Amino acid sequence: MSDDAKSLDPKSLDPKSLDAKSPARSRTKLSRRQFVAATAATTAALVTAPYVRGAHAAGKLTMGFWDHWVPGANKASQDLVAEWAAKEKVEVSIDYIPSQGNKNLLTIAAEAQAKSGHDILAMPTWWPHANAELLEPVNDIMEPLIKQNGEVNGTVKYLGQAGGKWLGVPSCVGSQIKGPCSRIDLLKQHAGIDVQELYPVGQPAKADGWTTDSFLKAAEACHKAGVPFGIGLGETTDSVDTAGAFFLAFGAQLVDAKGDIKVKSDEVKQALEFYKKLISFLPPDVAAWDDASNNKWLVSGRGAMIMNPPSSWAVAKRDAPQIAEQLWTHGFPKGPKGRYAPFLPYFWNIWAFSKNKEAAKSLLVFLSQPDSVEKMVNASGGYDLPAFEKLTTFKVWAEAGPPKGTLYHYPNPNNHQTLSIAASPAPPKIAQQIYAQGTLTKMCLKYAQGASLNDTLAWAEGECEGFMRS
Amino acid sequence: MVDIPYQPGRVAAAPARRRRGGLATMMKRKSMVAFLMTLPLIVLIGVLVVYPAFYAVHLATLNKSMQRFVGLANFQFLLKRDTFWLVVQQSCIFAITAVVFKALLGFIVAHFVHNVPAKGQRKWRGMLLVPWVIPPAMSTLAWLWLFDPSYSAFNYTLGLFGAGPIPWTGDAAWARFSVILVNIWYGAPFFMIMYLAALKSVPDQLYEAASIDGANWWQKLWYVTLPMMRNIIAITTLFSLIVTFANFDIVRILTAGGPLDHTHIFATWAFKIGIEGSDIPLGASVSLFMVPILAVAAIFILRDVHKRGNES
Repeated sequence: MSDDAKSLDPKSLDPKSLDAKSPARSRTKLSRRQFVAATAATTAALVTAPYVRGAHAAGKLTMGFWDHWVPGANKASQDLVAEWAAKEKVEVSIDYIPSQGNKNLLTIAAEAQAKSGHDILAMPTWWPHANAELLEPVNDIMEPLIKQNGEVNGTVKYLGQAGGKWLGVPSCVGSQIKGPCSRIDLLKQHAGIDVQELYPVGQPAKADGWTTDSFLKAAEACHKAGVPFGIGLGETTDSVDTAGAFFLAFGAQLVDAKGDIKVKSDEVKQALEFYKKLISFLPPDVAAWDDASNNKWLVSGRGAMIMNPPSSWAVAKRDAPQIAEQLWTHGFPKGPKGRYAPFLPYFWNIWAFSKNKEAAKSLLVFLSQPDSVEKMVNASGGYDLPAFEKLTTFKVWAEAGPPKGTLYHYPNPNNHQTLSIAASPAPPKIAQQIYAQGTLTKMCLKYAQGASLNDTLAWAEGECEGFMRS
Repeated sequence: MVDIPYQPGRVAAAPARRRRGGLATMMKRKSMVAFLMTLPLIVLIGVLVVYPAFYAVHLATLNKSMQRFVGLANFQFLLKRDTFWLVVQQSCIFAITAVVFKALLGFIVAHFVHNVPAKGQRKWRGMLLVPWVIPPAMSTLAWLWLFDPSYSAFNYTLGLFGAGPIPWTGDAAWARFSVILVNIWYGAPFFMIMYLAALKSVPDQLYEAASIDGANWWQKLWYVTLPMMRNIIAITTLFSLIVTFANFDIVRILTAGGPLDHTHIFATWAFKIGIEGSDIPLGASVSLFMVPILAVAAIFILRDVHKRGNES
């Protein structure tokens, strides 16, 4: 009975209670017997009532994941999150945010400004560092994950840690190596190189002879044969990543790890000379290439090699199967200072302003379990790369085809090459400027187009000085 | 002088009457109704334009990590950068060249359409407006394919005549030409329709009088058409100059500022620095540099319009 109804109960209309002078007007007398009875009834009701746990007893969690460009790949993460949510009684909502048109970067910037948004947000490469002050440290989950899944590669440490604090958990979704994807037939025919022999399925690479010199010779031979390598020199990531790996292969750093400018070094000069030669063997329009140009180049059958993750092979498998059958993804050539390959990781980050950090951490641990990772990698057809050492030998890479085993060496299973990112090892906030402005490719292009070596270096030095702002 | 006897309560009673009468009178005023009707738009502009503008000014005064006030340091920094001056130069070349050609082309086409018999004119007007009504992000994608470095349809056609290929977006000069061309293609219909409206409002008697006075085609254009269209030319030029200076989509899609930064304009460079480079304060500073340039242009053009308005 409601209070209103009670007040209208004729039994409650005690004439005494209507007497304004009566001091007991608003009080109800409770006898000891009544008190004991009421207490007993309440206790019995509480004890005998069933325990009802709400469907979303552990609160809500929102996440912004990278929208995969492999059709159906989002389904794997969606299913995994749903599985975790059902177990943990958390209400979840996922937004898949595309990287086309930098929509994901705009979302990161907007949420950072508003200090509001998703609890978990996927950020590529430099963005955890750029937002380091706004991210929840995840050392408490990263350390056990490393113990369980093996060490993460150096690039993940470089991009994912600031001052000993883990800024996020490396996500396999979206992480990629942009290694060479070569035409088996054309390299064999025109350059005398058998890439399947250098990178055999199920075995470590036998690529000691695969060096920057032999790479240049192959580039020249393929150029002469009318099937040049398709390596862009624009300012988009594919072009910059390739230049970054070659610069590191020569030991060339524009800014070193301490933040000192090292543009006018012999190593940088060697890298520029290498690129000048290489550009003369590339298609004439590479200065205008974007990230789609190299894929088109390979799928059209006009080129013998590009530097890309297996998405171009996947497109070829769909649109030009006869070309896909001749593609082999393998390692970078070795330079005087080592063999480097561009690795671009994504991270799952928890904003410091998230209202459900514990649930977010629990989900990230669940998504980083080997079974979960394998499901996501399989859904992407092997495109996604886990950063943890023990998770680079899933069946999908060995079995992908045609040709069978074309992706075996894609995840760098034998640590054959050092995974790196362009502009490293400069402090990430400086390196991000070098990367975003495409300083490396601009230097190569300027020098190849006729600027003197000194002018090119002076220009780059000036640019790097400008990137030192704090 | 008339002596008014003291009337207690009169002063107190007056405001209440005035308030009632004042509100009713105010609501009857056309200006008040106009204000209320434009209020939603004013609120919208306040929220989506004025607030972001002031927020951009605030951002431009912060350091890179947005934790410290640095005053005008970001602007001082930009003034020392070679790339910034390249962007200033390119923005001016881009905006001025594009606006001049858009106006010229719009003027010529408006005359052609004006002389088309009334029956078929509507079709021509509709067709010529197509570039302007398609969202530029979409139409520029079509241009991107036409200019594609490896598979350009233009180069294919030129190849049939033994010419080309032209590096439409790979060479600095050609890339500038390409972005300006697309901007002209997109913006000329706006000028055309404005000029056509202006041409239609020129009284025929003026041309008849000029003909009687023996004026030729050129003299009619110079002494009748142009003076009658001066205000609309000034306003459209100003409007287009502002929009073209602030252009983003065409350059972003076609060249993304390349090659070697030779097609960057303020908005694309601000995006590059602010969003892709995570230096939002510097990006905001770059975008704010447009304000003084456009303000000076607006003052000159609007002053001229106002002056001529007073003269007439």
